[in-house]
Amino acid sequence: MDKPKIATAALTGCFGCHMSILDIDDRILKLIELVDFNKSPINDIKEFTTRCRIGIVEGACATEENVEVLKDFRKHCDTLIALGDCAVMGGINAMRNTIPLKECLEEAYLNGPSVYNPEKKIPGDREIPLLLDRVYTCSEVVKIDFKLPGCPPSADTIWTALVALLENRPLELPYELIKYD
Amino acid sequence: MNDKISFIIDDREIKAKKGQTILAAAQEAGIYIPRLCSKEGLSPFGSCRVCTVLVNGRAQASCTQPVAQGIVVENSSEKVFQIRKQIIEMLFIEGNHFCMFCEKSGNCELQALAYRFGILAPSLPFMFPEKDIDASHPDVFIDRNRCVLCGRCVRASRELDGKHVFQFVGRGPERRIAVNASADLKNTELESSDKAVEICPVGAIIRKRVGFKIPVGKRLYDHEPIGSDIEKACT
Repeated sequence: MDKPKIATAALTGCFGCHMSILDIDDRILKLIELVDFNKSPINDIKEFTTRCRIGIVEGACATEENVEVLKDFRKHCDTLIALGDCAVMGGINAMRNTIPLKECLEEAYLNGPSVYNPEKKIPGDREIPLLLDRVYTCSEVVKIDFKLPGCPPSADTIWTALVALLENRPLELPYELIKYD
Repeated sequence: MNDKISFIIDDREIKAKKGQTILAAAQEAGIYIPRLCSKEGLSPFGSCRVCTVLVNGRAQASCTQPVAQGIVVENSSEKVFQIRKQIIEMLFIEGNHFCMFCEKSGNCELQALAYRFGILAPSLPFMFPEKDIDASHPDVFIDRNRCVLCGRCVRASRELDGKHVFQFVGRGPERRIAVNASADLKNTELESSDKAVEICPVGAIIRKRVGFKIPVGKRLYDHEPIGSDIEKACT
């Protein structure tokens, strides 16, 4: 029988949650016995080639492209996990949610104390994904099946959750594995 | 012996003094009732409702409700658990609680309650309200993004410090902690050693330059849920 497929993606975030996946240490050998990776930055597969049992998404939706990727994951994955504080509650990105986007851009590209931008241009190239009016959590965009908080969630948290899902057990995390920081 | 009464909490009969609150009586018997605005040494306030219990089937804040002879209190039923869990979740979505960079993380009572209740994420959408910060004071700052309006600072300043530095202003979603001064926190009598500063259950009132001193793994709620000390004291 084929091994279950896993896909991962990083939306707007710091990639720390993917680092935390790698932080499972030698259990990664067991992981590749348990699953095959499909679309993921870990193996650099860019597009889905098959339906996946589990999709793991880190990061929040801050751009149009993030929304596209997230919807693509929902379409191709049976179970979707929002991994880490950004995916769950917006994270650091969501700090801009109380400030109008125009003000954020002006601060970053025109008015900030260390900005050097003699042409006074705010990047607007079509190749750059369009920023959304505010940062959206993953569950504001698509249905999310499981949320794992943490910045990043510890390797033990990720491992415990993943193994429980693969073995069709209910997800029960012990006290010390639920952390928001 | 006249002032002793007895009541039932979770099928257990416990004795209490007349006039005691349900929360205090339960605590003496080693039963932890989760709470946020309530704090020993401060007058009861009853604003957060995390300590909600069912008294003869009716929801009451156990930090303000006095014991009465023969009442039946539900503290650990599924119904009570769900009420409290939803209150805690609402406190999270109504503020901007960025635990990942908060100085209070690991020592925060709101966060600790969420951990104790096994909350992975609030089930309600985040509101991202606009709140302000007062960093004018040389040693203390107020971050209203993290404030849960428990009123501990208001009471502590008045009752323990003998000052009146903090007060609530506004109503409903506009309600906020204000300072008793012509302008900002720096214009008040507040000192960083005041009880009103350390008594904040969350990271809304923070001493400057001491954040992140305690390493992860050694903080108050890293290994054991909030309330464990009360539960252990009587076993």
